[in-house]
Amino acid sequence: MFEIIKPGTKIDFMKRKWIAFLFSGIVMLVGIASLILHGGPNYGIDFAGGTLVQVKFSQPVAIDAIREALQDGGLTGGSVQGFEAEGKGEYLIRLQASSTDLEGLSSAIRGALAKRFDEKSFEIRRVEMVGPKVGKDLRTKGILATIFAMIGMLIYVSFRFDFRFAVGAVVAVAHDVIVTIGVLSLLNIEFSILILAALLTIVGYSINDTIVVYDRIRENTPKMRREPFEKMLNVTVNETLSRTILTGMSTLMVLVILFFMGGGVIHDFTFTLIVGIIFGTYSSVYIASATVLVWENTFPKKKR
Amino acid sequence: MTRSLQWRFLLILAILIGAAIFLYPTFVKELPTWWPKFFPQDKIHLGLDLQGGMHLTFEVEADKAVESSAERMKNDLGNNLKKENIFYTYLERVQGDKLEVVLLNPDVKAKFDSYLKEQYPLLKEATSQQEGDRVKVLLEMDPRQIAEIKKSAVDQALETIRNRVDQFGVAEPDISRQGENMILIQLPGIKDPERAKDLIGKTAILEFKLVDEEYDVGRALAGNIPFGDVILYQRVEDPKTGAVHKVPYVIKDKILMTGDVLKDARIKLDQNNRPYVGLSFHPAGARLFEQITTENVGKRLAIILDNNIYSAPVIRQPISGGEAIIEGRFSMEEARDLAIVLRAGSLPAPIKILEERTVGPSLGQDSINKGIKATIIGGLLVIIAMILYYRMAGFVANIALILNIVLLLAALAALRGTLTLPGIAGIALTVGMAVDANVLIYERLREEMRVGKPPGAALAAAYTRAFLTIMDSNVTTVIAALVLLQFGTGPIKGFAITLSIGLAASMFTAIVVTRFIFDFVLNNFRVKRWSV
Repeated sequence: MFEIIKPGTKIDFMKRKWIAFLFSGIVMLVGIASLILHGGPNYGIDFAGGTLVQVKFSQPVAIDAIREALQDGGLTGGSVQGFEAEGKGEYLIRLQASSTDLEGLSSAIRGALAKRFDEKSFEIRRVEMVGPKVGKDLRTKGILATIFAMIGMLIYVSFRFDFRFAVGAVVAVAHDVIVTIGVLSLLNIEFSILILAALLTIVGYSINDTIVVYDRIRENTPKMRREPFEKMLNVTVNETLSRTILTGMSTLMVLVILFFMGGGVIHDFTFTLIVGIIFGTYSSVYIASATVLVWENTFPKKKR
Repeated sequence: MTRSLQWRFLLILAILIGAAIFLYPTFVKELPTWWPKFFPQDKIHLGLDLQGGMHLTFEVEADKAVESSAERMKNDLGNNLKKENIFYTYLERVQGDKLEVVLLNPDVKAKFDSYLKEQYPLLKEATSQQEGDRVKVLLEMDPRQIAEIKKSAVDQALETIRNRVDQFGVAEPDISRQGENMILIQLPGIKDPERAKDLIGKTAILEFKLVDEEYDVGRALAGNIPFGDVILYQRVEDPKTGAVHKVPYVIKDKILMTGDVLKDARIKLDQNNRPYVGLSFHPAGARLFEQITTENVGKRLAIILDNNIYSAPVIRQPISGGEAIIEGRFSMEEARDLAIVLRAGSLPAPIKILEERTVGPSLGQDSINKGIKATIIGGLLVIIAMILYYRMAGFVANIALILNIVLLLAALAALRGTLTLPGIAGIALTVGMAVDANVLIYERLREEMRVGKPPGAALAAAYTRAFLTIMDSNVTTVIAALVLLQFGTGPIKGFAITLSIGLAASMFTAIVVTRFIFDFVLNNFRVKRWSV
């Protein structure tokens, strides 16, 4: 039998809960600090409005040349960056939404490029243009979606288990989301609609992971009635450890392949999922049950 | 086989056959002719991000429709008041959609009130005040009528855009209303997005007005515009350099005729093979056009579309027969598009672009190739890992895994869901997560065997215990997916759909299919312990 985690591990996760809380707290604080320093998430055009154009040249050109071409065409305040690997001749051009007339923007970009480069040497492969009103709308909807998803899961968890477990689950999930958003902010990754989808998936995955542990706690509760609550939690987390790690690893394996081979369009999306699933796995082992324990010690339930 | 095994075998077989039927059209080039008579022929629908195409959101500026309706009402009311000898000194549209009238004296006001009540029940007096002898009245439209105008403006815009897109020729366009006054347009595989955008976005109000030739353009440009005149421009493109400049005209603002009288508009070629647009009018329009041209022989008639002058030919003689032409230095495409917008009619209100997402076909193909390659490699890695880790049981899990993907694709085809790039990522992700159900069961099986339970009992215990966990954990993920489905745009919806279907399929394969295989083995072979 091939085993990553030998059966009968007796790691004392609960004893280490303060170290875990400290570690998580620091990671979250760094993320939040980065968010404050950057003035909120680095909203992409989905949420902030603006225009994004992806151009592919038949031969690589200097980014500065593209920038100059845009400036000559009267398009200022934009940014140009290489798409995927440098030197492939593919670039992303971003323009802010400050211009009220968005309609002509993509053709203006085409025109400005055509003046400097041969019209046959480049191809516009993608245009995304979001008006400021739509952007704001999507932002509200996005926040609502995240809140509704969390409330929905909370209700389900308190219905299936117990309120204190719901508290633990929410703390764990909120932890994963905050840490992931923090990492995105530190790396200055653009916050797009796809990233939001990734975050919601992380919410689902993290709760999923946590519930597997809780399920086992529920099963072990009558069996270990005489043991202290803390010991029971420890036994449970140890029992589910191999499953937690195995599932996390197989999901990560697929995601890492997607990250390297899935193409630039979903690059940030898969990266977000990878970060979220690493922390989601960690939190369901170290944070979720430990939170239940702290809650139980602070507000003891009379009969168990 | 026992009874229960037989039933389960039949169920799995039926589902497999169903899946094969739904998937067949996607994977063969040509369906046999008898196929559509019995079976569905829908292929898996690819999202715009994979097949290339354009996604547009327009906002109908419905307020403008209300304003122009108020403007018409003002003209109408003015004419009628004159006829009825209800004297007024002032009548204008104010605050967008309200009308302000100044009546001669309080006696006239009484007459005006009863006339209004009788003839214009939808116009209500908002305020009125006496200023000396005069009475100033502010009229407003019934809010219900305003709502009605707005609604019908959006409906009509939807219809007109649909017409234009149909005539432009796009395969499988999707045009729908979103929210109160937004229109969502999806044009898959479009070759020339800029042209399509122009065509859809044109308000296309066609007007015929006279050129005021007695007045000097230079003086008008300096700011001395005669009462009742406006300055409009004609865009002229130099055929050699391609440079565009604007030629100003002084135009009499009175509208002689509008595009409402058009019966048809067609692209035609002159003797030099240059395209122009030929117009033909309805009988009433033909009579009106004849009357206008008779009264204004020798003058220039400007043909104006959305306040741009297209041409301003001199009327040489009265034109009967109800035909006219619009010339200009058109390219074939421009002339064709112009004919389309004229035929489809004008929009009741201007529309504004709110959102555009265009993906070129080559990028879409790239995304498909990369997405599929990554999914296959990721899947293979998981398959290898499962066999290494769980031996024979891993092999069974892999059957479930492959079946899972087959079912997922079949369900996509059956539900007419759309496969998007994040959707492919969703499939890859379900591969990872589908393993979870098996892992839960197998880890449990190992535990039960460790306690020393015989194979049959261990198997039953493992499945029963794991089922609840799988259920609970999947429901929460589905909640996240459902929320995404509610609010997401195209690509995100695709992700949410594949994720939810994938989870449902993984529950079926992990709980029903693998259990069947294990039970079958248990029944037919002497199993001492499971290879897990």
